[in-house]
Amino acid sequence: MSVDKEQVRKIAGLARIAMSDDEIDALVPELNNILGWVEQLGEVDVTGIAPMASVIPSKTLLREDVINADPQTGGNVRDKVLANAPVAEHGFFAVPKVIE
Amino acid sequence: MSDLTDLGIKQIRDGVRSGEFSAREVAEAHIDKVAAAKPLNAFLIETPDHALAAADSADKAKAAGDDLAPLAGVPIGMKDLFCTKGVMARSCSQILEGFTPQYESTVSGKLFAAGAGMLGKLNMDQFAMGSSNETSAYGNVVSPWRRSDANGNKANTDMSPGGSSGGSSSAVSARLCPGATGTDTGGSIRQPAAFTGISGIKPTYGRCSRWGIIAFSSSLDQAGSMARDVTDCAIMLEAMAGYDPKDATSLDAQVPNWEAALSGDLKGKRVGIPKEYRIDGTSEEINALWDQGAQWLRDAGAEVVEVSLPHTQYALPAYYIIAPAEASSNLARYDGVRYGARELPEGAGLQDMYAATRAAGFGDEVKRRIMIGTYVLSAGFYDAYYTQAQKVRALIARDFERVWEHCDVILTPTAPSASFGLGEKTDDPLSMYLNDVFAVPASLAGLPAMSVPGGLSSEGLPLGLQIVGKAMDEQGVLNAGLAIEQRASFTARPAQWW
Repeated sequence: MSVDKEQVRKIAGLARIAMSDDEIDALVPELNNILGWVEQLGEVDVTGIAPMASVIPSKTLLREDVINADPQTGGNVRDKVLANAPVAEHGFFAVPKVIE
Repeated sequence: MSDLTDLGIKQIRDGVRSGEFSAREVAEAHIDKVAAAKPLNAFLIETPDHALAAADSADKAKAAGDDLAPLAGVPIGMKDLFCTKGVMARSCSQILEGFTPQYESTVSGKLFAAGAGMLGKLNMDQFAMGSSNETSAYGNVVSPWRRSDANGNKANTDMSPGGSSGGSSSAVSARLCPGATGTDTGGSIRQPAAFTGISGIKPTYGRCSRWGIIAFSSSLDQAGSMARDVTDCAIMLEAMAGYDPKDATSLDAQVPNWEAALSGDLKGKRVGIPKEYRIDGTSEEINALWDQGAQWLRDAGAEVVEVSLPHTQYALPAYYIIAPAEASSNLARYDGVRYGARELPEGAGLQDMYAATRAAGFGDEVKRRIMIGTYVLSAGFYDAYYTQAQKVRALIARDFERVWEHCDVILTPTAPSASFGLGEKTDDPLSMYLNDVFAVPASLAGLPAMSVPGGLSSEGLPLGLQIVGKAMDEQGVLNAGLAIEQRASFTARPAQWW
């Protein structure tokens, strides 16, 4: 499989990265080069093999059902949460207007 | 007194305990070295106050006759990927410019609780994506090593310290710090360690908490230690590892006392030499070092056996689907809303702001990987690429499971070449990716692996040997590494030019 300019433009849109025509032109051969190389995975016989998402058995651990069980991940830290925001107003993250 | 910056972690720890020198003297010596090493561009942010405060608290405890913490008096370097409370953590990307964590990562917190002081934040490839430390938004890291020409004269070419933990490898090798944190997703501790003649270990996936480590590829990312010998790596890793309920993939297992059980006697151990790792493109001197390494392990009492890991050649392409896929998801969080930089063109709406912020903030390699990851996860391609890669990953893990019936550890070269000049490989992403061809399989299987220096190339550059072990058997890896260290007698160090 290979990608063309329109597909690269679409991927950039999905990835929310603004790209000029020149950047997209440059990426088409680069991505095709990499995609052509990973294509060799198709020759591996994977019959009956389950996809591996994690190398360790994943189990959902439940913590005690109390507020602020771990102070580092608990609540009441609004100002810390907002401390690195590019724009914060009235105790919220602020973004450009999204409602017409 | 000898130069305190020549001492390793163990020597500093023991010297402070015995009162041979003070922790403050150690910290000051290293702070001066860091300040004078700007041409290496290894430390981006210097935190002398942090190092001095930790040193003073060690000296105070010593004066009071209290027990000293495991790393009391030891100054270290911290890779920029770790969130450090009150000290910028940018993952060496423009998109996190100004980001000052309000909390401490579990690993850095554990190191500080163990008495270590921080000399500063270390440069790295942007978001840990790179094998040469040329993708940092804050400039390349330069290796302290220089290659020599046929007459033995040192060239002036700036050499790569490896990546992504290139600031860590450069700093430890240049004696700016006795140890540094690294992270390894597909070789980012081991390859830089090999390039700079130091040791580095990536433990079993889950040994070190990922909480507060800026995420690249969550199923692969693992922190580890980088230092100038195996013992120092063991001491530092002990302080970093341990169960953390804040990381759902943290291993709920006791951290062994690796240092105490170190032994280079390998009697009764079997060392596997995987035949599939003998590939075209590896330099002859590296293959020769590999043979030499096998002989060293035989001399240490081990039996050396040829083994087979049949899916080895597919590890790298599988990695370059899985890691970018996870990265495209992890890096979706950089949107100009919650932290870091925001780019807001005149009159732009929210979607335009996201796209402009990410266009301005991410470097080329990061964009390339996000694009690959987005593509392989997109509708219609997911199964062909991503699911297939995950199945191949399962086969690679199964290869290792089967090989452990025949051996206890595996010996391979760490990288197919020695360090190269900065700029010599940047034109071709694929040839750069091949640097990690020997490192990636252990990452995909989540196994502990380390690189130890084995010798020098004909150009006078360090070459590393890699040991891969069974899950949870860091001890076996460290012991085989020690056996090599005891026989390689690697004492070469870079001549100071900076």
